[in-house]
Order: sequence, then structure tokens, then C-alpha cells
Amino acid sequence: MKVSMRVNGVDHEHDVEPRTLLVQHLRENLRLTGTHVGCDTSQCGACTIHVNGEAVKACTMFAIQADGAEITTIEGLATNGELHPMQKAFWENHGLQCGYCTPGMIMASVDMLKNNPNPTEEEIRHGLEGNFCRCTGYHNIVKSVKAAAESMQGGA
Amino acid sequence: MIPPSFEYLTPSNISDAVALLQKHGDEAKILAGGHSLIPAMRLRLAEPGYLIDISGIGGLDYIQEESGQLRIGAMTCEAALEESEIVQSKYPLLLDTAKMIADPSVRNMATVGGNLAHGDPANDHPATMLALRASVVAEGPNGTREIKIDDFFPDFFTTALAEDEILTEIRIPSPPSASGGAYLKIERKVGDYAAAAVACQLNIDSSGSIENIGLGLTNVGSTPIRASSAEELLKGKKPDENMLAEAGRLAAADSEPMEDLRGSAEYKRALVNELTQRAIKLSLQRAEGSR
Repeated sequence: MKVSMRVNGVDHEHDVEPRTLLVQHLRENLRLTGTHVGCDTSQCGACTIHVNGEAVKACTMFAIQADGAEITTIEGLATNGELHPMQKAFWENHGLQCGYCTPGMIMASVDMLKNNPNPTEEEIRHGLEGNFCRCTGYHNIVKSVKAAAESMQGGA
Repeated sequence: MIPPSFEYLTPSNISDAVALLQKHGDEAKILAGGHSLIPAMRLRLAEPGYLIDISGIGGLDYIQEESGQLRIGAMTCEAALEESEIVQSKYPLLLDTAKMIADPSVRNMATVGGNLAHGDPANDHPATMLALRASVVAEGPNGTREIKIDDFFPDFFTTALAEDEILTEIRIPSPPSASGGAYLKIERKVGDYAAAAVACQLNIDSSGSIENIGLGLTNVGSTPIRASSAEELLKGKKPDENMLAEAGRLAAADSEPMEDLRGSAEYKRALVNELTQRAIKLSLQRAEGSR
């Protein structure tokens, strides 16, 4: 089946089996391996991407469901070589240990700030309920999101 | 875990979707948000030969209050409930429930209609809709019919929908003034099914007595359960602590939990008992606050 989508600003058209999962399509057909597969059952959030601007778990969506959609993955977050403020904040605040959950954490956090630009610590923790860090490095992740919110509010 | 092969169908209106259901019978499944169906397919718990994706059908995504009802389009996602001003201001039970379903990313995809049509007694909206005394609209080859939520879940993972019917809308009676509701859920971790959960919706008169009350129980039986003995006890009463305790005891007796990884039947009954009392108290506070 033909499926076309705009991924990180570039149009792609592929022939896929209907059962191809979106995350599989991104990683294997488009070679965008920044989106990770963790639990494979929509619990852990490692595969979080944006579909038409909303955070979605790409392991629980078929590629064909995204036909015609606008997709952003972690690879598409930086603009002109400049890291997105959320990426910068994760870097500066050491919001990662092994880094496996990081792309999903960042994509979910960007979506969270879109809906709530100035979240409290509690709201950040609830907002990231669907993203697991198995290093349990949540403290610095929350700190990073807080820092990104401040820098984005400051117009950085 | 790649799901088994299927043919993917994209009708552009309900009658085409119904025709596809008629053609393919029990080999077909409706795909809405997919957040119950796709995991079930990956685990080979469901192996439909045809998936009928209804996301391309317009006009199934809305939240509108008119002529004494809240009407929710079946394809409305849980995140839209959370963000809805009318839900935030008048339907605290719905708001509580939406916030407790899975996690924010899942709620961007998962739909209210799917949560009900899946027929899973562990899902959260069935109990909520029992408490709200909702009904659902089904559309089939002979037009539409309204099904009372009490008749919608006849058996385990079974709904009253015929094989060629699609759930298109949920209808909830608008609450009178001085109404309140709450959904309280104990889960082992975010995204897990409830060990037990209780939905309460009530309204009070000027003296503070309960005029009407609905109580629904999640994941403590083969279907979602109405705690009718507790409802009957409380109707027309201004409950004190003793009566609340009795209501909790009755709701626990109405539940039929089975032992599983989430706990023993005894533990789950104890949860129903306690959560029922807390949900009623919180609903009463909210009703007082909405006067």
C-alpha cells in the first residue's frame, strides 16, 4: 500500500504492508533511528514522536494511519544546526544517563510545554507519566524540562 | 511483535463503513484510535482479516452540550475531553476519568467511543458512563438506535452492538445544579488497568440530601458493574459516616472481583469499599461547591 507523509519537512512516499508499524517505517524505511523501541507495547514512551503536532507513541500506530500526516521525530527538532531549547536544556542539565529514553522524553516534553508553557514540578512529572527512564534519572529530566520552559518563556 | 496481516479499508462515510462490516462480518474490526486493538493484534489476541479505519470519516469528533445533553462524538480523543471547557466546568467525573486513562501521549490517540466499544470491563469509561446514566448511539444498515449504557455490556468483552453496527455518539444527561462527580482509581502503575476504580455522579437538594446518584465499578467483574444497592441506600439521604460506610460495604458486595496479578478478590473488595466512600464524599463536596 502506498503511504506518503512529510517527515521533518521532507516528503516521503513508500510502499508498505498495512501491518507495518509507524516506528518500524521510520526506523527501517526512512533510516531515522533516533526514535527508539523500548517496551513495544505503548507503555514506555521511547518511541514518542509528533504526528500533526501531537505527541504519539509510534509503536502503536500503523504507518498507513499516518498517510498524509506531518511527522516530527527527534532528528527534526533542531533548526539550522541549532538545538531546540528542550534538547539544549537536557544537555545542560544532564537530563540523561544512558540516553535510551531521551528522544521520547524530549518529544513528550515539547508537546507538554505546548499545552502548558509553565508547568509546576508536579505537572511535569504527570506530563511525563507515559515515558519511562530505566536509569531512574527522573530528577534531572524534570529539571531539564523546567529549564527549557524558562528559556522558552524568555524568548530564547 | 509485528501484527498479523490484514487488509486496510478506509471508508469516507458511516454507511460505507457499515456496508464493509456487512460484507466482512466477524472478520472485520473497526479501527478508531487503535490503542486497545493494535496491542491486542500484536499479542495475537485479535487477528482481524480486515481493519476498517473510521478516522477518515468526518463529523465524529465533537463535544457539544445542547437540549439537556452532552453529546460526544465517538472519535473524540481523551485529550479533547481533558481540554474541553464544558467538561472542565460541568463534568468533573468525565474530567477525572480522562486524566486517569493511560498517559498523555496515549490520550492523544485513544478515543472515548473505542474505550466503550472495546467492551473491556477494565476500561475506565464504562463505569463512568454507568454513573452518568449515559446512552450510546449505534448506526447500522437500518439507521440509528440509542442504547442505554445499562444494556450495552451484556457479557465479558461483549457489547450490545450488532456485527454491522458502529458506535457513533455518546449521550450524557446534563447534570442539574448542585451536581458533583468523581472517579477514583487504584492502579499499580500509570498505564496499567485499575486494581479497582469507582465512578460516582450525584446531585443534592437545598437541604444537602442526595436526589440522584449513580455509582459504577471498574474491573471488578466480567462486565462493568452498577453498584445499585449502594445507590438505593443513598437516594434521598444526607449520609453520615455510618451510612457512607454501609454504602461502601454494599458496593463491595455488588462487585465480583477475581484474584489476579493486581491482588486477591478480598483486597479488591476492600478497595471498592473504600473508594466508594471517598468518591461519594468528593462528589458531595463538589456538588456543594457548584451551588
